[in-house]
Amino acid sequence: MTTAQSVLTVLVVVLGTMATRFLPFFIFPEGKTPPPYITYLGTVLPYAVIGLLVVYCLKDAFTSGYFAIPEMIAILFIVVLHKWKKNTLLSIGAGTVLYMFLVQTYFN
Amino acid sequence: MKTKAFKAALPYTIPICIGFLFLGMSYGFLMRSKGFSFVYPMLMSMFIFAGSMEFVTVELLLSAFHPLHAFFLALMVNARHLFYGISMLEKFKNTGWKKPYLIYGMCDESFTINCTATPPPDVDKGWFMFFVTLLNQIYWVSGATLGALLGYIIHFDTTGIEFVMTALFVVMFVNQWEESKEHLPALTGLGCSLLCLLIFGSQNFILPAMALIILCFSVSKRKRDKGAVQ
Repeated sequence: MTTAQSVLTVLVVVLGTMATRFLPFFIFPEGKTPPPYITYLGTVLPYAVIGLLVVYCLKDAFTSGYFAIPEMIAILFIVVLHKWKKNTLLSIGAGTVLYMFLVQTYFN
Repeated sequence: MKTKAFKAALPYTIPICIGFLFLGMSYGFLMRSKGFSFVYPMLMSMFIFAGSMEFVTVELLLSAFHPLHAFFLALMVNARHLFYGISMLEKFKNTGWKKPYLIYGMCDESFTINCTATPPPDVDKGWFMFFVTLLNQIYWVSGATLGALLGYIIHFDTTGIEFVMTALFVVMFVNQWEESKEHLPALTGLGCSLLCLLIFGSQNFILPAMALIILCFSVSKRKRDKGAVQ
């Protein structure tokens, strides 16, 4: 990617992000209530998007040399650690360190 | 008036400060380890100011140029903001020139505080929300910039550091799973995405996955409405 393409990509992402933040204030000026379909999407979409993002992170892992084994080990570790300690920063930090250790030693 | 609002807002943002510095630093360090100058994470954290999307943008910048894909991804990843906005229509009323900034800086954390916290009655609500938003943004941009600057000084084998993004989303997934009794939406997201990844491959699965997720929800909404009528 050239610098211009990078800048354009970032700009497009800013535009997309800001569209989601400003749109409701344009569509629903004072006194107008959103339709039930939109409100429904609002309750379920946040959950689905995180699932999508997890898969997005792993999109190339399954076709790489180790069939996502280091990823699965680290994810299992994060889930167990997080259920146990419920400390977001600890789970993210320890999970990342474990993954880095795995791919730098046994799975390199 | 300003000082009072600032003093009321600060305590609410302290936990966010710790979290944002840590995550922001990981983000900045990650970008630096992928060869970007510190200017990238600094400006991206300032202008995009949506944590998840910034991590995803690192990935976008490292793959082929595809602006339309980037735009839709930003829309979808940040779609929750639409609903934050709907919840804040009332609260942001009569905040004057501060209103555009409040909307611009409405990340998950600022939204959560502004939506739930009630400042003391003698504190101006507009200024209170303004300082909550501003402080959180300062923490995030500082974290991202510091992390990238650290990346110039500290050198070690950073192979696998990009997993910090996966770890973040896995933790968010577990958090949501625990706080909700209804697991179908989370499973729909996971299932549709995996299915589309299998069918369309890693380069092209995002847009079909989003479409399939929305389709599933539209169908289930219709079923639910019918059930409610009967």
